[in-house]
Amino acid sequence: MSAAEDRLTRQSARNGWLLSAPALVLLMVAAIGPLVIIIIYSFLTPGQYGNVVWDFSLDGWVSILFTRDIFDGTLGLADAHLTIFWRSVSLSIMTTVVAFALGFPTAWFIATRPARQRAMWLFLITIPFWTNLLIRTFAIMEVIRAEGVLNTALLWAGIIETPLAIIYTDVAVLIGMAYVYLPLMVLPLFAAIDRFDMRLLEAGYDLYASRWQVLRRVILPIVKPGIVAGSILVFIPSLGAYVTPRVLGGGKNMMIGNFIELQFLAGRNWPLGAALSVTLLVIVTAALLIYVRAANRGSNPHG
Amino acid sequence: MTEAVTIEARNAVKAFGQGDHVVRALDDVSIQIRKGEFFTLLGPSGCGKTTLLRLIAGFEMPTSGTILLDGADITDLPPNRRPVNTVFQSYALFPHLTVAENVGFGLTMQGRPKAEVKARVDQMLALVKLEPMAGRKTSQLSGGQQQRVALARALAPQPKVLLLDEPLSALDLKLRKEMQVELKRLQTETGITFIFVTHDQEEALTMSDRIGVMSAGKLQQVGSPKEIYTRPVNRFVASFIGETNFLPATVVPGGVKLSTGDVVEVATAAQGTVTLTVRPEQVRIVGAGEAGAIAARVKFNVYFGTDTHCHMALADGTEVVARVQSPASGEAGVVEGTDVGIRFAPGAAQVLED
Repeated sequence: MSAAEDRLTRQSARNGWLLSAPALVLLMVAAIGPLVIIIIYSFLTPGQYGNVVWDFSLDGWVSILFTRDIFDGTLGLADAHLTIFWRSVSLSIMTTVVAFALGFPTAWFIATRPARQRAMWLFLITIPFWTNLLIRTFAIMEVIRAEGVLNTALLWAGIIETPLAIIYTDVAVLIGMAYVYLPLMVLPLFAAIDRFDMRLLEAGYDLYASRWQVLRRVILPIVKPGIVAGSILVFIPSLGAYVTPRVLGGGKNMMIGNFIELQFLAGRNWPLGAALSVTLLVIVTAALLIYVRAANRGSNPHG
Repeated sequence: MTEAVTIEARNAVKAFGQGDHVVRALDDVSIQIRKGEFFTLLGPSGCGKTTLLRLIAGFEMPTSGTILLDGADITDLPPNRRPVNTVFQSYALFPHLTVAENVGFGLTMQGRPKAEVKARVDQMLALVKLEPMAGRKTSQLSGGQQQRVALARALAPQPKVLLLDEPLSALDLKLRKEMQVELKRLQTETGITFIFVTHDQEEALTMSDRIGVMSAGKLQQVGSPKEIYTRPVNRFVASFIGETNFLPATVVPGGVKLSTGDVVEVATAAQGTVTLTVRPEQVRIVGAGEAGAIAARVKFNVYFGTDTHCHMALADGTEVVARVQSPASGEAGVVEGTDVGIRFAPGAAQVLED
């Protein structure tokens, strides 16, 4: 490399850093900073009226999984906490599965419309984003509650005799989250299906594949990047969901997000809240690593 | 070659669109393709040749008519239940699979045992000379190699008929010539019936056992390359395959009378106004005023290397082109502006009814 080339390379690297400086500063202040504070808080002692006292303590971390008996002070496994973790993870997985089951046909439908209509369908998909999440969640509540639209319609049609008790159950939370995060599944799936060469379908049928085999052996492996992206986009916010389980799950069907809120507000146990936040982060990261690794292994059996 | 019919289309019609905008892509086509032959569907784009191929493959259902395979009606069978495979114009190789997996796809879908699939894939890769590429992704291959993979993939399940939809059109000239030879070799070695679609008349003439010439959704003529070239049944076939002269004429006893008044001896059952067609290489240039020759004047020559196209005008201005061997260096050949006479080789002139 000549001196002039070398100078140009260095200059462009320097320009790159300068151009990304605002974003990097914002990331430092808004993401890494709070994270550091949260990690520090998780090792402190709760103050009497919330906040923290600057005394080192592992109680926050210990109480994630254990509760101290109020009489003899011995540690016991915190079943309630484990239930909340399990509910969060299983509901998030189910939300992702439901969103995929609904989102894939939708994305396929949009991607196979004539080019002029596609923009309109995508536009319709984004309409829910125009409204505040809280309002959309209350709208869903209006649909599924005992005297809501769904039950009224089913009762009127004579399909059921007593209203379905959906509201304030895990099913309600699942319905709400699947609805809220569905566009996040549809959009990356659409992008992947849009790139899919439809002529491969004919090649598949021509080579003796049934419709199901074409779906499983040709379409799904090729659009997998879209499936992975959509699942990640739905799973991560589902795991940390706060508004939907709060409104639709009532007070008792908590997910991690609600549990964290409880510690910071009513519970006045900031170190436990902080430790739970870090735990959530770890669960998300671990789930992502497992998922991405499994996805890669599937796509490249020879790699 | 046996005379057994492998694929037959009976009165196949395919119409697209609705109401006033119905287009008959295929207009009452009946055709029989024999077992083990290399059959070419030739015609300009939009003539319906690809539609006919897609009907045979099962990608389209005919509006009316039937498709038969070995005498059995397969009109309503979906593509995955027809022992017919296609080599697509775009190749349509599976990008997520390796070369070997692509070739083995059809066999795997048929549920053949793994060992059999592997043996057959190795055999097919050897046939198209791609053994070293077995583990590669198809995107890592050149156009010619992808073409070979597409061929191997379609041949692997040993279909009764192989359909080829303009498979060579994406290749450059040199590669195309190589693949023409390759295709002919594969067809001979496998003995599978090939139905090849092309708009390239030279490709059709050099490779085919028989050719079906199509135009405007109709089958114009079916015959061997030689029959198609030397005995075209109508003006379209005569002009689409090779170059030719068209001379307006009227039928008289013993032959036809040209617009110049000259009479050409030719056998015909036609009546009234007709067109006489003669290939340029069948036009002989002789001395002016020679007995029985038609008077013409040389307008200009176009030099093609081995031969020269001599453009001439008859007495009434009708243009005639003769293809003559280029004169040896130093010889003048036919000089522009001179008066000459022309004759047609015996049996070369043909009468087309208008």
